[in-house]
Amino acid sequence: MENWSWDVFLDAFPIVLQGLGITIGLTLTCYLFALIFGFVWIFLRRVPFKPLNWIVTWIMEFIRSTPPLVQLFFIYYAWPMVPGIGMTLSPFTSAVLGLGIHFSTYIGEVYRSGIDGVDKGQWEAARALNYPTGKKWTKIILPQAIPPTIPMLGNYLIIMFKEVPLASTIGVVGILHMANSYGSQYWTYLEPLTIVAILFLVLSYPSAILINKLERKMNRRFDKKEALKSSEGAIT
Amino acid sequence: MTEPIVTFKDVHKSFGDVDVLKGIDLEIKPAEKVAVIGPSGSGKTTIIRMLMTLEQPTSGDIFVGDQNLWKMEKNGEFVAANEKHLREVRGDIGMVFQHFNLFPHMTILENCMTAPIHVKKEAKKVARQRSIEMLEKVGLGDKLDNYPSQLSGGQKQRVAMARALVMRPKVMLFDEVTSALDPELVGEVLEVIRDIAKEGEMAMILVTHEMDFALDVADKVLFLDEGVIAEQGSASEVIEHSKNERLQSFLHRFRS
Repeated sequence: MENWSWDVFLDAFPIVLQGLGITIGLTLTCYLFALIFGFVWIFLRRVPFKPLNWIVTWIMEFIRSTPPLVQLFFIYYAWPMVPGIGMTLSPFTSAVLGLGIHFSTYIGEVYRSGIDGVDKGQWEAARALNYPTGKKWTKIILPQAIPPTIPMLGNYLIIMFKEVPLASTIGVVGILHMANSYGSQYWTYLEPLTIVAILFLVLSYPSAILINKLERKMNRRFDKKEALKSSEGAIT
Repeated sequence: MTEPIVTFKDVHKSFGDVDVLKGIDLEIKPAEKVAVIGPSGSGKTTIIRMLMTLEQPTSGDIFVGDQNLWKMEKNGEFVAANEKHLREVRGDIGMVFQHFNLFPHMTILENCMTAPIHVKKEAKKVARQRSIEMLEKVGLGDKLDNYPSQLSGGQKQRVAMARALVMRPKVMLFDEVTSALDPELVGEVLEVIRDIAKEGEMAMILVTHEMDFALDVADKVLFLDEGVIAEQGSASEVIEHSKNERLQSFLHRFRS
């Protein structure tokens, strides 16, 4: 490997690493945004008003059928030019909005599968005990609907982490951006991009293991048999 | 003359094209124990499910005390009840289900405590104390911290009864509560219902296939057939001395 230089590798490593905080921070911010916004979709789709439900379903479908990169470009470059409501957003904020909203539609689907997995009898029991709507959701339905979806939610965290480099295209200075500018400055891309790949591997793989552990812990806390049954139902 | 706690006035219910109930008139007095018997598909369960607001009647009125359950007054007119009205009126009604419907993510003590705390806004301490007493009464004082999945069917059903009783309903509905149980577990559940019935002050409506039990516990038996109340009276009148042929053949099939 005559093109490979450990000197360049060691030189580039700390520089690329400077972007890691941004990459992780953006991932977590986007994820948090998507987790919250996923509930907004579910809520809007359950409001007892059919036209609204259709519109929301259609918007979700639209967002999911459009590439996240196009959405990022739209929010960052096109949005400021929209008359009236348009405004200029920082690259980071644009990325949070773009990727967060994009993934919230998937997260919303995950929530829905979890909610559908809750037995009809649970809703009836909540009604028979005269639960008000809010408490019914927070005490009865969601505590049963969400734990079985944790592995799926975890997978989306890892997927998002791997999509976050898209934000470098609008100038968010994450590890990919750092590697690219190092590459263009010294005309050597092999080492910095290898570092990017290694960093992603080093972070994704342990996360997958961690999520697996969390899943088992949740199942233990919860009724095991029921949790397994409904998580199967949720995934299929 | 005591006012009825539950009144049905010409209540109809259809599911799609199928008319399940074709005009039910019914009065239940406070503390009265009513057994509803009849062939499957006769609409027995639908009657109590409408009272619990799990199904909406197609037409007719259901009253709890003097309040119309499914309709409320608005600008002098009766309109379909909203969730707030339903919550107000059904507060006096409790239900035990065929398939228990315990909350799997809570211990059995939490199953009992949760509604008094979150629905009736009782202090946690009080709710806990009352729940423990109720669970002891149904013979499960040693299982407080177990999860429903760790219990037998009979034990689950006794928890379900404690959970409903702790809300102090004036009317308690039992929807074929022994049908999903292994035969050897039916006895312990019926025993608890018998005890509850003896205490008196609560009205009970039992949809059941246990004829001997109905005869023993119920003040009044309704025989439901093809969507109408075909026969009603005291348990011995209906079960032992009725001339109704369809009732006779129904009972015959059950006892053979």
